[in-house]
This record gives sequence, C-alpha cells and structure tokens, in this order.
Amino acid sequence: MDNLGMLFALLGAVLAALMAGIGSAIAVGMAGEAAAGVVTDDPSKFGKVLILQLLPGTQGIYGLLIAFLTLTQIGVLGGTSDISLAKGLLYFVSCMPIAIVGLWSALRQARASIASIALVAKRPDQAGKAIIFPAMVETYAILALLISILAVTGIGGLNI
Amino acid sequence: MQEKHYVYAVARIRSKEMQLLDTQFINQLVAAPGYDECLKLLLDKGWGREGSTELEQILAYEQERTWSFISELVEDMSVFNVLLLPNDYHNLKAAIKMVYTGFDDRGLFLSRGTIDADTILKAVKAQDFSLLPEHMSSSAREAYQVLTETGDGQLCDLIIDKAALEALYSAGKEQTDDVLRLFAELKIASSNIKIAVRAQRTGKPLEWIQRALAPCDSLDIEKLSQAAASGLEEIYEYLRRTEYEEGVKELEQSLSHFEKWCDDRLILKIQPQKYNPFTTGPLAAYLLARDNEIRTVRIILLGKLNQLSDQSIRERLRIMYV
Repeated sequence: MDNLGMLFALLGAVLAALMAGIGSAIAVGMAGEAAAGVVTDDPSKFGKVLILQLLPGTQGIYGLLIAFLTLTQIGVLGGTSDISLAKGLLYFVSCMPIAIVGLWSALRQARASIASIALVAKRPDQAGKAIIFPAMVETYAILALLISILAVTGIGGLNI
Repeated sequence: MQEKHYVYAVARIRSKEMQLLDTQFINQLVAAPGYDECLKLLLDKGWGREGSTELEQILAYEQERTWSFISELVEDMSVFNVLLLPNDYHNLKAAIKMVYTGFDDRGLFLSRGTIDADTILKAVKAQDFSLLPEHMSSSAREAYQVLTETGDGQLCDLIIDKAALEALYSAGKEQTDDVLRLFAELKIASSNIKIAVRAQRTGKPLEWIQRALAPCDSLDIEKLSQAAASGLEEIYEYLRRTEYEEGVKELEQSLSHFEKWCDDRLILKIQPQKYNPFTTGPLAAYLLARDNEIRTVRIILLGKLNQLSDQSIRERLRIMYV
C-alpha cells in the first residue's frame, strides 16, 4: 500500500497511451477503409486520401507523449520514484484530458475524415478544403494535450 | 460499430456516383437527332458490352453490372431484399402463366431476385409450393388454382400483386435503413393509388378494390377503397388530405404523370444519402439511382425509336440523382 501513489500515476500514464491509442487505431482503420474504397476506383487519389486517413492518428501520439512525460516525472524511467498518494492521484487526473478527449476526438475525427474522403472522391480539386474539416477536430485534442502537459509537468513542484 | 462495415463500400459508391448520368448528359441524349446517335452516346459513355447494339441487352447488362458491383461490396445481400421482392413476384407470375399456357420462355424472367427463377418455375410445375418462401407459397398456390380452374388471368395477377405488396410491406417494416423503408412505403402507396384509379375507371365493385389494396402506413386503405368505389373526384379528395397531395394534379393528368411524380419523389427523398458516409443508405440510394437512370434511358431511346418529339420525351424524363 506504500506505493499506491505510484500505482495511480502509472495507471494514468497507461490510460493516456491506451485510450488515445485505441481511439486512433480505430479511427485510422475506419478512414483507411474509406481511403481504400476511393483508391480502388481511382489510384491517382492515393496521396490526397492518405493525408485524410492519417489525421486521426495524432491522438495516439499525444497519448504516448503524455505517458512518456508522466513516466519520466514519476521516476519510472530513472531518477527517484517516491510518489505520495496525493501526487499519484494528481498525475492520474492530469493524464485524463488526453486519455478521454484523445479517444473521443479520434473517433469523431474519423467520421469527419471519412466524409472528407468522400468529398475528395467526387471533387479532388477541393482536397485542401477537405483537410480543414477533420483538422478542426484536432483543435480539441491539442487543447487536451496542452492541459495534460501543463498539469503533469507542474505536479512535480507541488509540496504535497 | 455496425455502420463501420459499410465505410469501404460507401467510399466506392462515391467514386461510382461520378459515373452516373447527370441532367446535362440526359439533355444531350434527348437532343440527339435519332436513336442511333443516342445509342452511340451511351456506348461512348461506357454503357453495354463492347459491340452491343440492342437496347434491351445494353440495359439488362447495366442492371446486372450494378448488382454485381454491389454484391462485391456487401457480403449479405439480403439487406437489399426489399428491392428484389418485386422481381420475385414478377417471376412467379411469369412461371404460373408459362406452366398454364405451356409456353416456355425463360426470357420473361428477371435475373435478380431473392429466390432463383428456376426454383419458382420448378415449384409451379411440380405444384410443390413449399419450395417457395413462406410469404409467397400460399399466394402462389391460390393464384395457380384460380388460373387453372377459372382461366381468370386478371384475378391471378391480382392475387400475386397483392401478395407482392404485402411481402414488401412486411420487409419494409423490418428494415432499419431509411432509404429501403421509404422505397417500400412509396412503392406500396403508389401501387394502391394506381389500383384504386384503374378500378374506379373500370367500374370494379368495392369488394374487389378492398381485396386488391395492400396495407400501408401512409394511406388509409379503407378510405381509399370507399373513395375508389364512389368516384375519381372522391379519390382525389381523399388524397388531398394525405402526404400525396401534390401528386393529385399529376394523377388528374394521367397515371404515367403520377408514376413520374412518384419516381421523382423517391429520388428527391434519397438525395441526402449523397452526404451519408456510413450506412447501407448510400448503397440502396445508388441502386435506386441506377434503376432510375436505366428507366430514363429506356424512355428516351424508345421515344427516339418511335419518333416522339423532344418535348414529349422531356415530359416523361425522371429527375436524376446526381
């Protein structure tokens, strides 16, 4: 029970990587199906639909980044690993924005990407605009990432 | 997650929609000087097998091509049974008449159905109606008996047509897809309205009309039957109180105007499927759009063949999906 703080902190890091990663995997998979459908009939659109397929993949990277940062902060990757229960819980909570928003935004971004892939299938000249629609969803994943970064890096300095 | 299964299929449909005939091309066809020029335009567009010159062959090939394409994309084609049920009942009608008259012409069968046309023919020949699906067997038996015992082809048709509409109603009710549900409802409602008008014009009694009309959600069959037994104006009056209000003025002109209105209504109602990226809706919409396209091309080419004026052809043209 002495290491309960470490357990919570580690759980937060794992969930950040896990949930955002799962979201991105499902999302990129779905967008990939749509992209394959378009390329089957017109291989020249490969480059355009590939970008749209990759867009929902960023949440997985954000989750990984927060997980890595947390592991560094709590000393799992080296240094001291003396984490109180309160700090452990704070780390856990800090990881939640990117874990939850990462998962959800990836799934929603996939829908926008798929719709944009359909747009490119019909209007390849509008590929630039098509990228903007799913990219808008990215904003909220970035905001969650920012909050998670600020929180995870700030907890170390707290005297609790 | 069910919707995910059609992501690939819908994306392929989006590419295929680019090849659908648009209003501009249809206008080009109508403006072509003659039948041969129209046919050439179609062949240049990639319609039909290479070297095809027969209109019906080209259209049958296009129909088959559409269904083959969809069957490539969808593992369980039973999703589209609603669209194929009318073909089954057409084949049943053809099979019963073929057996009755002894005139064997397989060309009368439609190639796509939920049940193989040869199985239907075998069932009718052997009078073993248990080979047919449950929804079809009792009506097939009844229609066959009526035809063989009374020789009344019209009554035979009525029994089968009613069974077809009832089967469509049940299949439509089971559908989760909006497009297919809409197709079933509109098909039954328009058939009921046409039956009611024809029955009124030929002076059929109320009992006959009540027997012929099939259940549907958008029409009160009892009221429509009563109206049909009373007079044409009563039918129009009743329809003005339903969602088919706008179709009344078309109905007043002719049944073919009303048919066109129904076809256009379906195409307009499925337009939102062009922006739906997930479900079976866009696939069903594509099948209906292709069907509409083939029907329109047939109208134009037969019009050209019969030397109808461009204006006369244009009046019959359906709204295109793209």
